[in-house]
Amino acid sequence: MNKYNPFEKILIYFGIFVFMTFILLPFIEMFYASLRPLDHLFRSPYQFYSDDLSFWAYREMWNTVPMLPRYIFNSFFLASCVAILTLIFVIPAAYAYARFKFPAKNTSLYVLLAINMFSGAVILIPLYKLLRTLGLLNSYQSMIIPGVAFLIPTAIWLLKSYFEKIPIDLEEAAFVDGASRVQILRHIIAPLSTPGLVVVGIYAFIGAYAQQFLFAITFNQKKEYMPIPTGLYEFIGYQSVKWNEMMAAALVGMLPVLLLFVFLQKYIVEGLTAGAVKN
Amino acid sequence: MNQKLKSYTAQTYIAYALIAPAAIYIILIVAWPLLETIRLSFTNSSLAGEDYVGLENYQKMFSSKKFNGIVTRTFVWMFFSVSLKLIIGLIGAVLLNANLKGRSIFRVLVMPPWVVPIAIGMLGWLWLYNGYFGIIAGVGMRTGILDGPFGFLAYKQSAFISTIIADVWVGTPMVTVFFLAAMQGVPRDLYEAAYCDGASRWDRFFKITLPQITPVIITMSLLSAIWTFNSFEIIWILTEGGPRGSTTTLIIDTYKQALGNYKFGRGAARAVVVMILLMLFAGFYLALLARINKKISHE
Repeated sequence: MNKYNPFEKILIYFGIFVFMTFILLPFIEMFYASLRPLDHLFRSPYQFYSDDLSFWAYREMWNTVPMLPRYIFNSFFLASCVAILTLIFVIPAAYAYARFKFPAKNTSLYVLLAINMFSGAVILIPLYKLLRTLGLLNSYQSMIIPGVAFLIPTAIWLLKSYFEKIPIDLEEAAFVDGASRVQILRHIIAPLSTPGLVVVGIYAFIGAYAQQFLFAITFNQKKEYMPIPTGLYEFIGYQSVKWNEMMAAALVGMLPVLLLFVFLQKYIVEGLTAGAVKN
Repeated sequence: MNQKLKSYTAQTYIAYALIAPAAIYIILIVAWPLLETIRLSFTNSSLAGEDYVGLENYQKMFSSKKFNGIVTRTFVWMFFSVSLKLIIGLIGAVLLNANLKGRSIFRVLVMPPWVVPIAIGMLGWLWLYNGYFGIIAGVGMRTGILDGPFGFLAYKQSAFISTIIADVWVGTPMVTVFFLAAMQGVPRDLYEAAYCDGASRWDRFFKITLPQITPVIITMSLLSAIWTFNSFEIIWILTEGGPRGSTTTLIIDTYKQALGNYKFGRGAARAVVVMILLMLFAGFYLALLARINKKISHE
């Protein structure tokens, strides 16, 4: 019943081709633009063909925007800090949700889901005032602190489901043998949940890397703390935009998350869809 | 009994202690700001200071024609964006669910727009939409559809449509992936039985697949409605709400009022409207989720 006749096959592949073109065209066009000399890009109407493609823009972009390495470092640094902090807050909470029964457990889990639905834009004003009072505007912290808050809810849900997969019998056996809670945590839970922790950590890293824009443009004006999504706008000059270099830098900027995702997409997608798609 | 009760309360304490750090963090960084936003909406707060002004911000906001236009626009924008995401996502999921060579590669290739930082992806769209040098205008000019350069983001209607398309591009992969996961969860024997009864592929899709994945379709429509409503970066980067306000949605307007002009009070009043709408969405979503979970546990 899963056989297709040649006509159906062609139809499906054509459909996939159209669908994929929509999804991938911006990336393909970005890559193509990054390979072309600027004067080829500035031809109207659009030229489909360039005969002198090169990786020149990938070398030149570091000169045009000297701070580029710093922006890339900032993005990594911010995303790593956010991911680590998120894990620190989330591990004990997720463990509690996976293992204990307590009043208001389900309600609070739903409240967490609801928090996910608020965009950062709603609470920017008090956060701005708070960060200003604390003297934290224009610093790494101004982007890390709100970043963590918006990743905690999903991270708790994800990690909870990983903890739930660890058989409780193992813990009970250890408990009967006289192991303390700390020992159980160190010798049973920690090693068994490492894969889950890695996936949640990477989810937090990708999420933090992706959400840098709003908090960065609102709470930070200092170049030396800018992450790459805001730093890229420096390619937009007073006279003209160096499109080829900007596209090259943009691709370099998205590469880390793309690579991480390609390697771990199976686990992340499984974890995220499991909540919405039961059975 | 007593023993059990004791261990139950001990458990409760441990659980609360473990949850406390995350809970306190969220209360400080999310819950308190939400309440503070409500308070600020009754003041004329700015960088200079604040005074209580009662309902003035709200009165001004609701009596302004501009604001009412923004609310309508937000829902129109949302309606088109969400419908397109669902339709294209469903078609995409059906295509990628077909048992053909290469589907596992395609399934990975759908995801980039979802994973990549939106702010970076939008740079690509800025280039695509470029009126003189972009590929879309280029194809238009060469096929004669356009009779000259055309800045897609420079005119009211085309900017409105262009931001929707970019938003659909960002949101579709996730919808596709969830629909695909749901389709793969449909029990195979249903299809086999239908096949034996002579049902066509078409019948099997409309009579089995579609009803089976309806819960996921409903959840995804609500979730995408919420995310689309919250969409900020896409419009901000492509048009900053322009030209002449034609792509200013509630979120963009809130941001502009609050942090463009530092009129915290007015911005807060808008944020409260956003909050109330979001709470309605969230309420719908959670009620639905509770119903679906109940159904599953009953079966």
